[in-house]
Formats: sequence, structure tokens, C-alpha cells
Amino acid sequence: MPEPLLELDGIARAFPGVLANDDISFSVGKGEIHALLGENGAGKSTLVKIIYGVLRPDAGAMTLRGKPFAPHRPSEARAEGIGMIFQHFSLFEALTVAENIALGMAPELAKGDLRGRIVEVSTRYGLRLDPDLMVGDLSVGQRQRVEIVRCLLQDPQLIIMDEPTSVLTPQEVEVLFETLRRLAGEGCSILYISHKLEEIRALCDHATILRGGKVVATCTPAEETARSLAEMMLGESLSPPATDRRTPGEVRLRLDGLSMASETQFGTDLEDIALEVRSGEIVGIAGVAGNGQTLLMSALIGEVRAARPDAIRLDGRPIGRLPPHGRRKAGICFVPEERLGHAAVPDMSLTENVILSARMRKNLSRNSFLNLQRAARYAGDVVARFGVKTAGVDHAARSLSGGNLQKFVVGREIMQEPSVLVASQPTWGVDAGAAAFIQEALIQLAKDGTAVLVISQDLDELFAISDRIAVIANGRLSAADPVDTLTIEQIGLRMGGQARGRANAPGAAEPAHA
Amino acid sequence: MELVVNILLGIVIAATPLVFAAIGELVVEKSGVLNLGVEGMMIVGAIAGFSVTIQTGNYLAGVVAALVAGALMALLFGVLTQTLLANQVATGLALTMFGLGLAALWGQDYSGKAAGNFPKLDIPVLSDLPLVGKLLFGQDYLVYLSILLVVGVSWFFRKTRGGLIIRAIGENHDAAHAIGYPVVFYRYLTLLFGGACAGLGGAYLSVVQTPFWAEGMTAGRGWIALALVVFAAWRPGRALLGAYLFGGITILQLHSQGFGVKVEAQYLSMLPYLATIAVLVIISSDRLKVKLNAPACLTQPFRAAT
Repeated sequence: MPEPLLELDGIARAFPGVLANDDISFSVGKGEIHALLGENGAGKSTLVKIIYGVLRPDAGAMTLRGKPFAPHRPSEARAEGIGMIFQHFSLFEALTVAENIALGMAPELAKGDLRGRIVEVSTRYGLRLDPDLMVGDLSVGQRQRVEIVRCLLQDPQLIIMDEPTSVLTPQEVEVLFETLRRLAGEGCSILYISHKLEEIRALCDHATILRGGKVVATCTPAEETARSLAEMMLGESLSPPATDRRTPGEVRLRLDGLSMASETQFGTDLEDIALEVRSGEIVGIAGVAGNGQTLLMSALIGEVRAARPDAIRLDGRPIGRLPPHGRRKAGICFVPEERLGHAAVPDMSLTENVILSARMRKNLSRNSFLNLQRAARYAGDVVARFGVKTAGVDHAARSLSGGNLQKFVVGREIMQEPSVLVASQPTWGVDAGAAAFIQEALIQLAKDGTAVLVISQDLDELFAISDRIAVIANGRLSAADPVDTLTIEQIGLRMGGQARGRANAPGAAEPAHA
Repeated sequence: MELVVNILLGIVIAATPLVFAAIGELVVEKSGVLNLGVEGMMIVGAIAGFSVTIQTGNYLAGVVAALVAGALMALLFGVLTQTLLANQVATGLALTMFGLGLAALWGQDYSGKAAGNFPKLDIPVLSDLPLVGKLLFGQDYLVYLSILLVVGVSWFFRKTRGGLIIRAIGENHDAAHAIGYPVVFYRYLTLLFGGACAGLGGAYLSVVQTPFWAEGMTAGRGWIALALVVFAAWRPGRALLGAYLFGGITILQLHSQGFGVKVEAQYLSMLPYLATIAVLVIISSDRLKVKLNAPACLTQPFRAAT
């Protein structure tokens, strides 16, 4: 064990109703890559906010290089040599790279030839960056470089990284790991937060595992298996979703020549999207966030109309110009990415929320009058069948936990028995139990003959449930190839937009060239 | 020629209150706050400036009173929207109504009084030059201050760290907070600045432009200033241009009435407002461009994550 750099002793922090951190103690050695592993809600983010001075602990103490350390604000932590790369990047899209970096530094350090130093540090670590580009025009991987370079310019001794790879392609992850190992080699410590087990096994020297705000185990990840790590993290054993293949039927959803200009400032345009989804199959769309998924989802839902009606066909019928409710009526249902605010209205009850989406298909209104009883019954059915934990269907959607609300939203759509279901990030940010339940439900839905399209950034999930996977990169969609002919490697290359596997016949995947 | 100089002088005087109010609001909006109470802050500044000038006979005291009065109004807005997290739009509307009422009450005893002439720049020789002398070197001091303010704000946003921080807070207050900038503190500062500017704009009307007090004398200029900020796409230089455009049309229509143009005076009086609306509509037709310049956090309340 190298000499400790940062030591935590009995850190505790409570929020109304939850004890987010409960008596947490561990230490990070100099030049060590230390993993902090845990489920969503295990208390990882709270803990790093305490170390970075965003939050203060209710109890406990920290020591840095043997001296007491209690930062009151992030600038104090930075002055002590602690840098942080945030999970949701703390970047400003309308400002340039150099301006963004200057904002995250102490005023004294931001003076002088900052642009020159940015170029120097970014070349030294192989993270090429143009200081004058607008951050909004950068890819997600490049944005992370901005954060890393900002961190490195301050000569950090400890870098905290909160879920840094969730937005990267597998190739970008490799580059990141190279950089991190090199930094560790130079004596810089890294506190690496993640729930991705393989990454932690590949990268980290030590791991501290959190569950329910407590330290439940410490280990050397390389000596563990992904399964044993998962069981320590969850406190229970998991069974992977059943993966027996279904035989696809006729084409239900057909996209053909779907092009669309983005309406948002830094959005990606869709270019000539073509895809077929058949009855009884699950097609996955992989891709790094910000490559056109949001616009594709809006185009499918009908929030943005296609230029031609026949760019989107449902059972042969052109629906490209129909509004969302017209499409639902025709038989296509949706689970948008953002559950609170898009899939469900936070301050409306569950009953009201089912009316919004199931009004037509479940006859919840007649002559503009709502049938509230029938709506409440339908909401109750969803709650019962999908095991949603709630005090009642008249409670606001906001009051449900993430996993429960997601189960409710997915259930609300599935129980409308659509001929096509489109789901974006169906298990994003929900606990492992709910995620497994939702994946199981999607598989069952496909078995019952629905064509299911899943847009997700979680490659493991797509490989687990999909029959075919297409990749969206820069607003273009590759051909959808059967999962058994694909490797993570190939998908990764397509995510980076390097191989254009745009074959006509399914299965004709081009070999990937690096 | 004399007429042209007079028209130009008139334009400068008509535009200056708008320049003050618009540049103040621009800074506020850059930090991500929309204060619709500009009209209310202007009129309170107008009566504060006018009454203190009358009482003390000192123009500087009047100007300071207007600055303080405007800033106090903005402070009220700040407490409500930044600390108590009230809705910015509703609070701004209420602030305007409150300001109009307060100014009317305060101004009851001042109707019909006159303030005399505000001191003007007077440089020997230069100010006496034919034509350009009066225009360039013979304006009142506040005109020069307004121009300096525009240049200063533009420089502040482009060249200083403080300006960068304010732009960053308006762009993404959550990120700014995560990095460690006190979002609410900076927003109070911009609000106070904006309020002081609006108050000064109001005082320019009552102390310099028409040196007497009349109830409701701001006549919607606060709203025009708000519109100018959008018209200018949050750029100081363009806000100045917009203020002078509005001022220019105001003066030209007055003169055209003098020349006996055969259009009803009421229609001519509408012209500056119509022209400003027209320009706004044309500019806003490119949604993407407006979005590009608009501070992304405008009107969003900020709660520090616990």
C-alpha cells in the first residue's frame, strides 16, 4: 500500500428522509486508481461532493497528506490539488473551450498564455483540443477532454471522475484509460466512480463498494469476477434476462429516407435514416448521446413531422405527417427518454398520466368527456401488473422513485397492446431490479408479436435483449445486423462513425477497419 | 443645416433614456434573469431624481437618488425571485405596477414644477464649432455616460473574468454552481446594476429631457428597452443602435407633424412602437439565431442542489 493521500474517517451526511452517507471510511493512496463502486442511490455522488467541497458532512473528518481537510467550497478543494470531472459535464455550450477552462480555474492560474498551455497539455496527453472552438460544437468525448484538460492544468494530486465512460465509445474509453494510467504513473491519484464492473476490473488498483450509504466491502478488483463484484454491489445474486430468439414476422415499422434538420442550437440533423422493424423482434439502436437519438425519437413520436408522409410507415400505412395522438391511434406507442417531464407530467396523478397517453387506445374519453373511473382502473391495472410501488393511483407521478415511475411508464405503453413500441433509454438510471423487470417485459412484448425498437446508450443492455442492432452516428443510421454477427468492437467503431455499415440486406455487415 | 443638427440633437436626447434602461436590462438578462419591471424601476427613478433635484437644487444628488431608487426596486425583485424563488415574469409585472403607483403617489406635489437645465459639456472652441460642436462636444454629461456605459459593458463581457462568469451563469447555472460560483450573489449584483441603470434612464426623462414631472411619463419606454435587448440579441452595441433607431423615428415623426404631413398625428405617434415591433419580428424570424444568443437559463429559477 502506497502512502495515503486522502483519508476519510466516519463521513456521514443525511438528507430529509435518507441517510446518503453513513460512517464511510477509506483511504486513497498516492498514485493509486481507487474505485468507488455502487448502485444508483448508494451514496457515491454525495460522497464525492463532500470531498470536492460542494457539500459538507454532518459528521466525520477527512485528512489530505496527513493534514485535516474540510473544504467549504470547490475552489478550496481545487487549491489543495483536487480536481473533478463531473458526470453531467459542467460545461457551458455557448462559450469556447478556453473560456470554459478559465472558468474552472483559480483566477491566478487562468492568467497569462492560457491558450498556449491548453494546447501544450492536451498534446502531451494525447487529448487534442482547439481552444477557440465553441463547446456546443464538440462531441461528447471531446467535451470530456475539455474537463480533463481543465483538471490537468491545475496540477492536481487527486482527480475525481464521476461515471466518466457512460458517454464514450469503447475506443474513447481505451484512450481515457491510457491517460489515466499515465497520470497514475506520474503519481497522481484517481478516485474512479462507476457501476461498470469490467472497467473497474481493468483499470483500478483498489475498490470500495457502497450500498445504501455504507461501505459494504473493499477488494482488489483484478482478483474478483464481474459477478462477484455485482453481488457485493447489489447484495443479492442476479439472473440475466432470458435470451431465446424469436422468429420475426412481417415488417411493422419501416423508416425510409427520413431526413430532418435539428431545431436546437447544437443538435444533430438526421440524414436519410432507413430501418425496418418486424413483428416479434427487438431492434436496438446504439450510439453515443448527441448523435441524433433525440431528434429520431421526436420524429418517431411525431413531435416533429417528417417532410414526406411515407418516410415513416406503420403496417404499410404512411404516418410521417401524423401528430402523436394520430400515431398512437394507428398503433405505435412510445417510452421517451426523460420519464419526469416528458413521459409523465410530474405534478399530475398516475390516473391523469395514463389518460394523456392511453386516452384513445383504451377509450378513456368520450365526446371530450373523460371517463375517470375507467382511467383509474387502467392505472391500477398497470400498477398491479408491473409491480409499481406507490401509495395509490391518485398520487402525483413526481412522488414515485425513478425505477417505479419507469416501470409505470413502460407498463402504461405496453398494456395498450401496440403493434410497435419505441423506447428510448428504457432502463437509464433505474435500479438493477427494475431494469431487469423492464427488459423482461420488453422481451415478452416482442414474443407476443409487437415490433420493439429500443434506443439506448447501454451496449450491454442492447446485446442482452436485441435481435438486431443498428448504430446511429452523426445523424446517420447503419444497417441493423443480427447480434450474433456483431462484436462490441465493431459497434464501437461504428459509434465513432469510422465504418459505415450501410448495407441493404441485414447480415451483410462490413468488416470493421480500425 | 441648422434643422438637421436640431433633429440629430433631438434623437440623442430621445434615445439616451432607452440606452440606460436597455444596457442595464441586458446585463441582468445575460446573468439569466428576466426583470420585466424595467418600466416600474424607470418611473421610480424618474420621480426620485426629479424630487431630489428640486429639493436640493443639486443635479448630482438627483442622479444619485435615481440610481439608488432604481437599485432598491431591483433589490425588491431580487429578494422575491432569487431568495424566495418567486416566478420572474409575474414578479416583474407586479414590480412595474407597483412602481407606477408608487411614483404617482410620490409625485403628487411635484406636478407642474420645473427642474431647470441640466449642465452640459462645454469645451471652449470645440463646443462652439459650427454644426458638429453642439452635437459632439455640447451634450449633457449623461449622454456621454450612456455611451461610455455601452462601451464599458461590451468590454466587460468580452475581456474580463467577471463578465465571463456572468455569461457562464446565464448559460448554465447548475454547471456554474458545481464549479463553485455563487450564482445568486452574481444575479443580485446584475439586478442592482440593472435597477440603477433603469432608474438613471427614468431620471434622464424627468430631469434632462423634459425637466418637469408628469404621472406615467415613462410612457412604455421600459417595455421598449426590454424589447431592444432582444432586438439587439443581447449585444451592447446593437442595443445602442436600437435605442437610437427608436429615438430617431420618434423625433422624425414629430418633425414630420411639424411639416404638415397629411397623416393623423395618432398614427405618426404609433410609428416608433410599430417600427420596433416590426424589427423585432423580422429579427426573431430566425429562431435558431435568437436561441444562439439568448442566455440559456433566462427566467429559470435557480435552486442550489443540496
